[in-house]
Amino acid sequence: MRIDIPRVAYTGTIKEITLGRNKNKITIGGESCYPFHLFEGTMPNPPKIAMEVYDSAPEDWPDSAMEPFADVVDDPVAWARKCIDVYGAEMIALQMASTDPNGKNIPADKAAAIAKKVSDEIEVPLIIWGCENVDKDTEVLRSICEICEGRDLIIGPVVEGNYRAIGATAIAYNHTVIASTPIDINLAKQLNILLGNLNVPDDKIIIDPSIGPIGYGLEYTYSVMERIRVAALTQEDERLQYPIILNLAKEVWKIKEVNVSETEAPLYGHKKSRGVLFEALTAQCMLMAGANILIMRHPEAIGLVKESIKDLMNS
Amino acid sequence: MGLSGIEIFKKLPKTNCGKCGVPTCLAFAMKLATGQAELDACPDISENVKEEIGLASAPPVRTVVIGIGERATKIGGETVLFRHEKRFENPPAFTLLLSDNMDDLEISSRLSGFNNAVYERVSVVMKPELVAIRGDSADPLRFNTLVEKICNETDAGLILMNEDVEALSQAVRKCSGRKPLIYAATMENYEILGSLALELSCPLAVKGDGLEELADVCDKLIGMGLKDLVLDSGARNALEDQIIIRRCALMKKTKAFGFPTIVFPCLMTGNLMKETIIACQMIAKYGGIIVLSEIEGYSIFPLLLARMNIFTDPQRPMTVEEKIYEIGAVNENSPVLITGNFSLTYFIVSGEVEASHVPAYLLIKDTEGLSVLTAWAAGKFGADTIALFVKKSGIEEKIKHRRLVIPGYLAAISGELEEELPDWEILIGPREASHLPAYLKQLSA
Repeated sequence: MRIDIPRVAYTGTIKEITLGRNKNKITIGGESCYPFHLFEGTMPNPPKIAMEVYDSAPEDWPDSAMEPFADVVDDPVAWARKCIDVYGAEMIALQMASTDPNGKNIPADKAAAIAKKVSDEIEVPLIIWGCENVDKDTEVLRSICEICEGRDLIIGPVVEGNYRAIGATAIAYNHTVIASTPIDINLAKQLNILLGNLNVPDDKIIIDPSIGPIGYGLEYTYSVMERIRVAALTQEDERLQYPIILNLAKEVWKIKEVNVSETEAPLYGHKKSRGVLFEALTAQCMLMAGANILIMRHPEAIGLVKESIKDLMNS
Repeated sequence: MGLSGIEIFKKLPKTNCGKCGVPTCLAFAMKLATGQAELDACPDISENVKEEIGLASAPPVRTVVIGIGERATKIGGETVLFRHEKRFENPPAFTLLLSDNMDDLEISSRLSGFNNAVYERVSVVMKPELVAIRGDSADPLRFNTLVEKICNETDAGLILMNEDVEALSQAVRKCSGRKPLIYAATMENYEILGSLALELSCPLAVKGDGLEELADVCDKLIGMGLKDLVLDSGARNALEDQIIIRRCALMKKTKAFGFPTIVFPCLMTGNLMKETIIACQMIAKYGGIIVLSEIEGYSIFPLLLARMNIFTDPQRPMTVEEKIYEIGAVNENSPVLITGNFSLTYFIVSGEVEASHVPAYLLIKDTEGLSVLTAWAAGKFGADTIALFVKKSGIEEKIKHRRLVIPGYLAAISGELEEELPDWEILIGPREASHLPAYLKQLSA
């Protein structure tokens, strides 16, 4: 029997966005079909993984996550270099965790100096992720935008409460913004509209729908992403036709089931492999729902997900 | 799917007798159309009409049951391409593959991995469902002996796999009472295995070399009267075939593809980590049975969680039990926090409390699965109901102090709550759970 494949009538494509500068530019987006539905459309730019680097040594990581970076965690530049030189990172995501007012609360100028140093020492596209405090991020991210002029950074999270200030600064210094909303398709669209009204160019916006890792609300992120892609690709919803980024590692590695030891919970199995799979499976689900950039931590999880992307692109 | 409420109504007796538990036939028809009622509830409907409506309202992917009793596993029954359209119905059955080429030690160790992998989460028990036994030895006796051994050692549903039709038939006859899945009918043997499956009323897997041959074999089996089929397109990079099969069933009503599928991540790689990733793809995109080479805690536990997430009903929030949860080594001076019973709220709040290393009592109040603000707006998390719950929860016997931390978003009710709970001091916690560790450390300092 001849199989007549029922095809989806796609009417839109995801915007293509080029990140970074000089010879190390990376292009994301551009797909004209649902994720990996390659029998009826194209994904000209496979999803990419950005490796995380922290602005100061993390205190709450399990050994298994710390081990690959133990020699560099005190120096963000060395850390970023190791990600690139040893683990082949195509992008770096610098997490400005120590700017958090509830934590170390380092001042904006000090934070900007760290970001500047990292951006000066690496060639690949650089994502700067704030501490997720609306006011502090405004201050810190604006300083970084200024001091890193000409570096074409990707900065976020830009949220409803600070999009004007950060958005305007990003336009002025030619950076890309990450529009972040709390797991809600309508809020995501709304923020994209607001950024558009502010004159942030269409090729400078990436959507962050917010992530719940497996066991912790993954299904909400998953369905918001699928709905975004259905609207973008089949309902001509232009304000949702942007690539999607997920800052997933920091959410995965703090959950209880990843951190409990095998002695305490024998049924959970080998601790390191478990953590690697929690991260890799969270990433895999996000790929199936339409992720373009995944911010990840463990080199083994990254290796697995890279291989999976390659297999899915060639199938 | 099938008929509208009005179309069903036309076929009902229109007596408005109310015996079905709904006052009118029209109301009953509407409930049938949305899947909220069963046709059997109507005592006066004729068998013919029952079949007519039953067929028309059957899901486009048939529900197939493997195994019996408590270990009966349902697969298929799916009606949508995306979970947000309605929900996914039956989670894919995780299956351990055993071969008659393995020695006894290996069999026991893999089987105990399977039997041990039982986890409870939000009062739901999660575990792998099926054991597949594959004849690789070319020795029918060896295969049959292994099938017998596994039957004795587990109640789980079974998949019997053998290319030797004679050996397979023998084994199936021995344990047909367990309703195993017979694997697999092909273009060459479908008549024999089709008759066997019909005779013993066992579900039958169908394997084709590619989708076209698969459809051909299915059509022949459907013609023979078989109803419970499971599809294997033979592809060992399965995503595209899974999507096409589901789309054909839903969008074209292709009869040959109106069945759940079986996929074999265990045959696509020799590496358990990679196999787990492929299995995860198949959770998201339409695997009906997912066959794995090994069940290790570190691989099956995250897979079970991913499966639970994807197969959660988007229209019904998951909840946890209303009670006092003790986090860490609590004592009579430990802080007391309260929040709602939406499972995500519970997991995130309890995770942050745990991360703070400050032992604490977490009171979870039944808010019908609503998050804090929504519950408050709906009148399910107001000062009066919180006070009532705190009093009857028994927390007052466990602690010496009387200080209650409420979510930051409920700051507005703290005054009212102090009136309702005159012995208590009400403290306003942070709005975001992620700020709990800092808050608790300060509180206990």
